[in-house]
Amino acid sequence: MSEPPTSEPDRPRRKRREAAAPSPASLVDPAIAAPVRAAVAACREQRGNLIPILHEIQRTLGHVPEDAVPVLAEELNLSRAEVHGVITFYHDFKPSPVLGPKVQVCRAEACQAVGAEELFAAAPGLCGTVEQVFCLGNCALGPSVAIDGRVYGRMTASRLREVLA
Amino acid sequence: MTTVYVPRDSAARSVGADEVAAAFAEADPSLTIVRNGSRGMLWLEPLVEISSSEGRIGYGSVTPADVPGILAGTAESIGVVDEHPWLASQQRVTFARMGRTDPLSVDDYLANGGMAGLRRARTMTRAEVVAEVTESGLRGRGGAGFPAGIKWKTVMDCPDGLKFVCCNADEGDSGTYADRMVLEGDPFMLIEGMAIAAYAVGATEGYIYIRSEYPDGIATMREAIKRAEPWLDGFNLETRVGAGAYICGEETSMLESLEGKRGMVRAKPPIPAFEGLFGKPTVINNVLTLATVPTILAGGADAYQSLGVERSRGTQVFQLGGNVARGGIVETAFGITLGELVEGYGGGTRTGRPVRAVQVGGPLGAYVPTSQFDLPMDYEAFAKANAMVGHGGIVVFDESVDMAAQARFAFEFCAAESCGKCTPCRVGAVRGVEVIDRIRTGVDRDENLAVLEDLCELMTDGSLCAMGGLTPMPVRSAINHFSEDFEARQP
Ligand SMILES: Cc1cc2nc3c(=O)[nH]c(=O)nc-3n(C[C@H](O)[C@H](O)[C@H](O)COP(=O)(O)O)c2cc1C
Ligand code: SF4
Ligand code: FES
Repeated sequence: MSEPPTSEPDRPRRKRREAAAPSPASLVDPAIAAPVRAAVAACREQRGNLIPILHEIQRTLGHVPEDAVPVLAEELNLSRAEVHGVITFYHDFKPSPVLGPKVQVCRAEACQAVGAEELFAAAPGLCGTVEQVFCLGNCALGPSVAIDGRVYGRMTASRLREVLA
Repeated sequence: MTTVYVPRDSAARSVGADEVAAAFAEADPSLTIVRNGSRGMLWLEPLVEISSSEGRIGYGSVTPADVPGILAGTAESIGVVDEHPWLASQQRVTFARMGRTDPLSVDDYLANGGMAGLRRARTMTRAEVVAEVTESGLRGRGGAGFPAGIKWKTVMDCPDGLKFVCCNADEGDSGTYADRMVLEGDPFMLIEGMAIAAYAVGATEGYIYIRSEYPDGIATMREAIKRAEPWLDGFNLETRVGAGAYICGEETSMLESLEGKRGMVRAKPPIPAFEGLFGKPTVINNVLTLATVPTILAGGADAYQSLGVERSRGTQVFQLGGNVARGGIVETAFGITLGELVEGYGGGTRTGRPVRAVQVGGPLGAYVPTSQFDLPMDYEAFAKANAMVGHGGIVVFDESVDMAAQARFAFEFCAAESCGKCTPCRVGAVRGVEVIDRIRTGVDRDENLAVLEDLCELMTDGSLCAMGGLTPMPVRSAINHFSEDFEARQP
């Protein structure tokens, strides 16, 4: 059976529109698209590779920009909503770059027991942006703080000031 | 020739081990410096050891300024480390090698009992290996305590085809760090355990899912996998890095994350043993569970099984943390009392004030008062006392702790880390914070305590996973044992 005639005139027009409209991914600034595509290429061999790709983007760009979404969707054959949903689920992927060192103060129980809340309250005055983190695996030597991934134990406000100086 | 051991463990580094190692290298370039794992005597870190004819002599809390004195023999030592009562009185089974070796030295590993388990396993049938694990009584160390052998048998019995072994190294529980120490301090042991599991169940691919907060563990594990390649016999092992979501420690959430998705918890059934990663039969075990397998295969099920009490067999790697004088790893047979761990090994609080509460088993575990210090560390005994052993983390608080604040934090944590799939957890946690705030400010205290109890019941019964289901445990324990803290605060 052939298609109903009413749809006939529509088809070529729709096709033309598809061909003419640039894909959302192709509109992305190459300064973002290129590293995003490189991250995909680097993880091509891995199963279920979206998280490793996002880590790679976060590492190279210092954040996972909104513009990475259409590129990833195209590369991985996912919907943009799916990609966006994954990025926003995980604390590690930041929407915008953080300036200066990444300071994470542990606010979990073992560090609370030795004054983490006071340190967390004092930290912004010492170093601007501070993230909370729940446990750095250094629970016998708290309060613990990670600066750019390196853990410091038995932290005090004055020691934090020294380390960041 | 003198060998100096300075741990590379990130806890030791967190209090200056790298600076100490550099100071030794500078003081005498002819020294052999080994960056060993940590012994787990964390309150003494950086704990430096110097080789001698009597054994390795230890020096605690070393700073670069102490280095000349140590080399001249004038510094005060803690004696031969292996003979230190704190360590010598433990039963180190899983952690037998910890701190003695260079974690990335294959030679060290082989010279200290490594690979004996895998070698023996490969002389046995798959079913014999699984039976050995079952008979050892080994239960999952990740929290739920499910018998490891039974899980393995389920996967082994699935028709052959693509199967996976996944190691849960997400270790998000506050107060726990034993998994991290294995990753950093004895990575070949975990690889060997996973290779045994793969052989037993017929898996060809494996993943170690490590939380991103453990960069040293990730790097060490990656290097160890490269070096262990020749042993793996075609078993393809990879590390994967988490992305800062506590819920991804829940096994089905971890599978979603490994598949590249949001870490939303899956409803069970199907259980992962039947339909796990990418829908294939999958063994998921905690780091400590898998790390204990080589010892069991090497020494036999009976030896392991002979340790422990009741249905808690073998040893547990307890982790003392928080406000504790002597924090660190105490590995010993199940059955030791909580008090022996906290007051005995731990030496009470770091601040010197009396202990008021200890939280056992992570953020979803109960707060236990000192009146229950005679509780034996045993899964069932703890469950009976409305508490849990969990991953073996023990967090000590002194008398200054405000237990209503701790209960509030339990809800706050749940609200921050909930995957959002079910309402009792997603909404209940937020409500919990509000209700406790009302109680603390004296608004309709009794009514709100009743609301809180209803909320706890709803979360316990109605949550899809233990995140929402167990958050009431710390809350209720705080109310039951420390009700005075839920009186209104003076404005
Ligand atoms: C909220 C939540 C967090 C969990 N976090 C961890 C974890 O960090 N590590 C772990 O091994 N198990 C964790 N578990 C338990 C796992 O779901 C699972 O039971 C375990 O990995 C199975 O291994 P095992 O039998 O060797 O313990 C968690 C469970 C829940 C509900
Ligand atoms: S209990 Fe919480 S974490 Fe678990 S499935 Fe429900 S919403 Fe997700
Ligand atoms: S609770 Fe802070 S490091 Fe574990």
